[in-house]
Order: sequence, then structure tokens, then C-alpha cells
Amino acid sequence: MGNKQTTFTDEQLEAYQDCTFFTCKEILRLHSRYRELAPHLVPLDYTNNPDIKVPLTLIITMPELKENPFRERIVETFSEDGQGNLSFNDFVDMFSALCETSPRELKTIYAFKIYDFNRDNFICKEDLQKTLNKLTKGELTPEEVALVCDKAIEEADLDGDSKLSFSDFENMISKAPDFLSNFHIRI
Amino acid sequence: MEHSVSFSVNICEMDPDYENLGEDEPDEEPIFQDLRESAASTQRSPETLQMDIFRECTDSQSDGTPDTEQSDGTPDTEQPDGTPDTEQPDGTPDTEQPDGTPDTEQPDGTPDTEQRSSLQRHCWSAATQKVLSSMPSRTVGKSSTAVTSQHSSQLHQNQASPHGSAHSFRPVRDGLSKVDVKEISTEENKKERLVSSIRGLSLGEGIRKLRAMPLSLTDKMEIRRLAFSGIAGNTLLSRNIQCYSHLRAYILRMWRQCLFSCHIILSFLQLWHLPMKRLSGRFGTGVLSYFLFLQTLLHFNFLLLIITGLFVVFPQAINPPPLYDSHLNNLTGLELLMGTGYLSQSLMFYGYYTNTITKTCSTGESPVCKADRSQIVPYSMPAAYFLTIVIAFFITCIILVYSMSRSFGRSLQVLKSKGNLAVQVFCSWDFKVSKKSSVRLHCENISNRLKELLSETISGEDKKSCKQRLCRLIVRLLAWAACLASIFSGAIAVHHMSEAFIKRRSFSDTELLLLSAVVSGFNLLLPGFFNLCAWLEKRDSPNVRICVSIFRNLLLKVSIVGVLCYRWLWRIAGEPGHHGLKCWESFVGQELYRLLLIDFIFTVLYTFIGEFLWRLFSKRMLKRNRKPVFDIARNVLELIYGQTLTWLGLLFAPLLPAVQIIKLFVLFYMKKSSVMLNCQASRKPWRASQMSTLFIFILCFPSFLVAAVSVIYTFWKITPSSGCGPFRNLTTVFQSSKLLRQELEISHPALSWLTWLYSSLVENPLILFSTTGVFLMVIYFHNQVVDGQRQIIAQLEKQIENEGKDKKFLITKLQESSEQNNLVSPQ
Repeated sequence: MGNKQTTFTDEQLEAYQDCTFFTCKEILRLHSRYRELAPHLVPLDYTNNPDIKVPLTLIITMPELKENPFRERIVETFSEDGQGNLSFNDFVDMFSALCETSPRELKTIYAFKIYDFNRDNFICKEDLQKTLNKLTKGELTPEEVALVCDKAIEEADLDGDSKLSFSDFENMISKAPDFLSNFHIRI
Repeated sequence: MEHSVSFSVNICEMDPDYENLGEDEPDEEPIFQDLRESAASTQRSPETLQMDIFRECTDSQSDGTPDTEQSDGTPDTEQPDGTPDTEQPDGTPDTEQPDGTPDTEQPDGTPDTEQRSSLQRHCWSAATQKVLSSMPSRTVGKSSTAVTSQHSSQLHQNQASPHGSAHSFRPVRDGLSKVDVKEISTEENKKERLVSSIRGLSLGEGIRKLRAMPLSLTDKMEIRRLAFSGIAGNTLLSRNIQCYSHLRAYILRMWRQCLFSCHIILSFLQLWHLPMKRLSGRFGTGVLSYFLFLQTLLHFNFLLLIITGLFVVFPQAINPPPLYDSHLNNLTGLELLMGTGYLSQSLMFYGYYTNTITKTCSTGESPVCKADRSQIVPYSMPAAYFLTIVIAFFITCIILVYSMSRSFGRSLQVLKSKGNLAVQVFCSWDFKVSKKSSVRLHCENISNRLKELLSETISGEDKKSCKQRLCRLIVRLLAWAACLASIFSGAIAVHHMSEAFIKRRSFSDTELLLLSAVVSGFNLLLPGFFNLCAWLEKRDSPNVRICVSIFRNLLLKVSIVGVLCYRWLWRIAGEPGHHGLKCWESFVGQELYRLLLIDFIFTVLYTFIGEFLWRLFSKRMLKRNRKPVFDIARNVLELIYGQTLTWLGLLFAPLLPAVQIIKLFVLFYMKKSSVMLNCQASRKPWRASQMSTLFIFILCFPSFLVAAVSVIYTFWKITPSSGCGPFRNLTTVFQSSKLLRQELEISHPALSWLTWLYSSLVENPLILFSTTGVFLMVIYFHNQVVDGQRQIIAQLEKQIENEGKDKKFLITKLQESSEQNNLVSPQ
């Protein structure tokens, strides 16, 4: 919150602090990280809220995301147009939702959106297959993948429609105490 | 209405619960009209629904037929027969295909073959599908999600709003041909609802709620702008009423700004942010939990140091007592290690502190001071020492209990889990891991784990023969016996050594060093022996293995600390003159100081030998490529042991937290470089949150409890030494508070209410008993509430499953009736 920076006005910083789980210093650090991705595109001065978006291909080069199998899905989920082009607000939103102090409910909602590849608000068997393939990267045979998907849906699906709705997903996540610590990206 | 009659008759025959269905004929009319309409133009779904999930029993393999039905979210399956459908509520996006679950495992274990066999989706008629896709559970979710997805379902299929959970209201900006005014106004309503929900709360709560909303940042900022600053246009009356809340909000905001601009404290709290990030990127959450625990302990020690520093060390440093031995002014290296000599007469140990009541003048002029007693501010060292220790322990206790309950709450598994596979798929990927080789290893781990779970569910538990089980049992018993014997012999050895030294009545340097070295040696070597036993035992479940290892290490540490406490508090403190000690408290403080230092030296040696040299050895000699794995449990228990010693030693050496801080600091960097160089990520999964809860629990219960009990025993029963320290010439330490009270009564009668309060509240056993009783009642009440909630959860789970069964039943009945329509109705 120092007076020396000219990237944001004080009101903007306060707004960021109130709406995310970051402090001023962290937001300024995020801005410099954002700018690193595309220095020619992102201006230093954000006081008038420029409408700049960094494309997906640049964002997934970040070291925190580079090796993550779900990197494209994460970035797409938080982008406004669904294509993965993030404005600075979306960028901050993404890391705020995935930070340590983010509450379980919020993380569950976003995890559901990330794993829902076809965006129909249900995790169907196909979404699950894609998730598994990304997780195991070819270690499992296709039969094993299908078997795991079936069993997983069987276990988690409570209302019997062989898809995971958000309530099924939430119920399953509540049985996983490690979810909070695993679903966390340090920035 | 032959269909409906036959339908209801069928139902009535099938299930007495559905007797009343026949009476609801008027309501059934539209549905059956629909069916008849669509029966006339029935078409099979254009996509062949090939996925049949027949399974007779739980362990058969599925046919693995590829699932083609939901491969693309094309909108055309919504109204397959093309008839205008007035029944369907709007907003059902297209990619819905109702699926029948292969629910072979009912919770009571009886496979429901009848229902299962009939859930063949490839012969569902279009009518069934239409009805199914208009079920409320499908549409409720839809209409409250991104309103825009209805629009974009036809135009922009894949650009549905990504924030499409409960509250998004952002209008789609790209190429909408029609703007539905009604839907924009429902968005505005939602926005108003959100804003008003926040406006009613206090500032802190409102911000917390705002942060937890699953909206985009721009939307949140807008809501914030409306909710928090939209008070300007109110009337005078409401402004007056809100004057207090204005002021409060202003004060809170100033406080938060102040807090955020405290760079020093923040930067201290985020001291090791970058190293931790690198560690978690390479090793994952497991190893990171050790370093986080180290950081937590550092914070605890820092807090202790601040408290004792401010109230005990600093006042005594200003008024140094006269030294007894002037020839002990030079500090040698060995003395630094031993704690004797120069250090024994420094602020470090108990013996330095005086039992004077320093009187400082509030006006600062000495002649006036002596005349007027009421201006004298007495600072009683004994009372300060006593109260500081008590308050430090009290604050530590509160912080420990708070962090333990918070950590416990996060790691609690309320609902019993039927299976683990889904959880493994969705929750096991550690998003912090960022190094390529670690990611590959992590993938392998997860695949192996999934394969293990699959094989478990398919083939059931490993059936071992009787002989194998007996063998295993014998091996385990032997391992346990060996470990317990080693612990016992270690404790006995330390005890005998201590007794032998005490009997000799003179404490030479080498003997004392030897004792500390033996204790640290046992602490170092025996865990290796436990690891060997664990390797011989060959347990299957990694969780059980870790818990057994932690328990054995804990037992070792507890027994050693117990033997040492006996030595200090019973033997040495009991007869101090017997051993020729002028100041037994300083002696005990020195022993603790020595133990900490030698423990640290041995840890450094172990890190160097155990991890670095072992890696070289295994690479060159054994020609293995795999580096050793960082033993998290053992290292964490060592940290806990060190912290126990620090807490024990707080009474006898007020600056001991400083030593511990330095030690932890150096340990962090040493362990970090050792881990980075010598170790690799573990192949076994590590339940991070449960383990951190366990560590905090161990820190609180055996560790802190032992320290607190020792301190209380010291204060209560043990006579302080008469030659040194702030409590000399008192029979027990508690008397110092009485002295303070008397002094206050004499000098400042205005504060007599404080002394009255003290005597009536703290020294009155009735109040203490009743407070304890009230606390116990509250705990019992909360326990009962939690039990009741657990029962309700179980009932709700059952209810949900029953609803699912009902749904499946109705779907099959619907399908049967539509089939009968096809057969019966003339085409």
C-alpha cells in the first residue's frame, strides 16, 4: 500500500484487497508477473483499467502452470470469453481462488468447473475420462480408464443419473480432507 | 384412456406405494398426450446409445464399449421429434442425455437386478428422453446458472459463460442477435439481491462473504461499490442511525490499512515464501508440511521471546545485579557449549535474576520520589517472572488449541466414504508440483494408486493363507517387542547414568557432556532402528505404517523426556544442597541448553552423514539411481522434541527461545539444501492435512502438556533455591504473587480492587470448580449436537439414495408405458 507505486490507485488496491485474498504487496507482485508474460502488451499503468487480455498460450508458460495437466482448463474457466484469454482481473481472480486462504466452498465450485470439460454443468463419463487421461498420461490402459470412470461415477453419483452434478461432486469432495491443500497454487 | 389405466394398474400391481397414482389422472393427461403425440412420430435417437452397463456383480469387467453418446454437445437432440413442446420449461440446454446408472451396489448390498437390467438407454424412445430432459432437477440448475448459456446454446455452443454457477449475471458481449429484456431484468434482480445481502452485514463479514462468491472479479468489484458506498443517498434519519456504523467502518478500515502496511511483520510472516514454493514445486505437499511446521514453531518461539524479553529480560538488563564471581568474565568456546562459566551469570539463566522490587519514579526526580510514595511505580521482579511464565504458557495453550481445532475441522471426514476411487481421481493431484520430473513421478504415483484400488475392488482383499498370516503376526510381534525393548533399555541407560553421576556428587564437564551426548545419541539412532523394524514388518497400508512409526518415535521421546524430568525435578531439585549446588535452577537450565545444542550438532551430523554420504554410497557402491526419501515423521518429531525442551526450559532459562530460534533458522536452510540435493519425492502418498493435524495434536498433547505440568509442579511443590534467582527466600513460587499484592496494597491503595479481584476469583476454589463445570457442560452439549447432526446426515444420505431409486423406477415404468403405446396404438 505504499505511495511510491503508480500502477494502481489506492482505491483500486483497496478494491482488490476487499474482493480477493491478496494483500497490496501481493497484488503488485501479481501485476509484475502478469506483465512479464507479455511486456509489450500489458501497460505499467493500470489506473484507468485498460482492457488488455493475455492469450492462453502465454499464460500456460508460467512456471506454476507449465507442467500442470489441467492448465488449459484452469485458464479457460477463469477467462471471461471461455477461450482462455485473461485480463488482469481474471488473472488475479484465478490465483485468488486457488490460494491458501480461499475457502473450501469456493474451491469446490471452481474445481467442478475445471473438471467439467464440456461445460454442461455436469461431470459426465467423458469429462471423467478426459480428466483421467490427463492425470495418468497414458499409464493406464483404455479398459482400465473406462473401469475407473464407471466405478468413480458409481461411487459418487447419489441421485442415480450416472453423471456428477454439483451436489454429488461437493459431497464427494467433503470426504476428501486433502482437497484443500492439494487444490492450491502458490504464486 | 387405456394407456393411463394400464399404466396405473401396472404401478399398483408393482408397488403398493403407488396406489394413488390412478387418482391423479387429470394431472397425467398432458404427459400422456405428449407421449401419444410423439408416439406417432417416434424416432430413435440419432446417436446410437451403445453404452450399456450391464453388470451382474460387482467384480465383473465392464464391456469397455466406447461411449459415443455424449461425444459432442450438439443441440439437436433436444427435440428429436420436432414437435413444438409447450410443456418443456425453457432453458434446457442440449447436451443432456439422461443416463441410467449401473447402480449395482446398493448400500445394503443387494444388487437390484430388475431395475438395472431395464436401464438400457439404447432402447429409450424419444418421448422418454424428452420427458427426462425436462425433469426439474435438470432445469432448476439451468435457469439459475448463466442465463446467457440459453442464448449461446444455439449460437455459440462452446462459449458458455465459465462462471456459470449460481450467481453470474454478466451479459454476453459477443454477437447476440436478440437481447431478452426479461432475462436481463432477472440478472438485475440477482445483482440487487447479492448487494442487499452484503449490505446488511458488518464490514468484516461482508468482505468475507464477498470474497467467497464465485463471481468474476469485475462483478465483485461492482457489488462492492454498490454495497459499501451506496449509503450516500440516504435520508437524514437513516444517516443518523448509521452514524455509529460509519464510524465503526472507518475505524475498521483504518486498522486494516495499518495492518497491511506493517511491512516488517508481514515480511517476517512470509519469510521463506520463495524457498517453500520451490520445495513444494519439487516435492509436493508432504515435504512442505515439515517446513511449514518448522515455520509455525519459529513463530511460537518468537512470540515467547517477545513476551519474556519485554517483561523479564529487559527490566533485569536495565538493573543488573552485583556479580558474585569476577573471574568468570571471559567467554570460551567450551563454555558456550556447556552453558557454564560466563553464561551462568548472564541473562541466560535463572540465577542472574534478582528478587528485588525495583522502584522507578514516575516523575523522574529522585528527591521528590523518596518523599511521596504514591508516585513510585514498583516493578516486582519475582511477580513479573512468575506472571510472565504463566501468561506465556497460557497464550501458547490458547494458540495451540485454536490451531488444532482449525486444522482438525479442515481435515475432518464427516461422512463415511463408500469408496475411494472418485476421491483419488479428483482430489489427489497436487497443484503445487511444478517441476517436470516431479510431475512425472506424481502421475506414476496416482496411476499406481488407481491400479491398486481397482485391483482391490475387483478381486477383494488379499486372501492370505493361515500360515502366512501367522508368520506375519509373529514378525510384527517381534518387531514391536524389539522396539519397546530398545526404548526401555535406552531410558534405563540414561537413568542409570544420571543416578551414577548424582551419586558422585560432583558434576564435571565431561560427565555432563556425556549425558547430553548419550541422550541425543539415543534420539538419533533408535529411529533408524525403528525404520528397520518397519521395513521387516512390510505393512500394506502406508497410513498404518506412518502411524506406527510416529507412535514408536513418540514413545521414545516421551520416555526420555520423562526420565530427564525425573532427574531434574525430583532428584536435583529435591535435595539441592545434597549435590553441592548453589543454584539448582541454573543447573537445570544449563542442562536444557546443552541438550538443545548437542541435539542440534547431532542433527547436523546426521544430515551430513545420513543423507549426503548415504546418497554417495548408494550411488557408487550399491549402484542405485534412487535417492533416499526424506523421512518426514522422524524429522517432525525431532522438532517437537526440541520444542518440548524449550518449553520446559523457559522457566529456568528465559532466553532459551532465542537459542531455539537460531537453531530453527539454521535448520531450515540446512534441511532445505539437504533435501534439494540428496532426496527425491516419495513414491508413497502422504495424507498432508491429516498428518499436519496429527503433528499439531502431538505438539499440544504430549509435548506442551508435559512442559505445562512440569512448570506447574515446579511452581507448586518445589522450594526455590535460597541463594539465587527471583524466588529466593520464598517457600513456593506462588508466594511471589502474594508479595506483589501486599506491595500494591501498601503503595497504591487505589488498585485495591485489583487485589480484591485476584483474591476472590483466582484463589477461590469454588469459582475455579464452577468455571470448569460450565466448560465441561458446554463441551458435552456441543458433542451431542455434533452427534445429532451426524445422524441427520446419515438419514439424508439414505433419503437421497431412495430418491435415486425412485427415479430409476419411474424411468423404467415410463419407458415401458411408452413401449406399450407403440405396440398398442395404431400407427
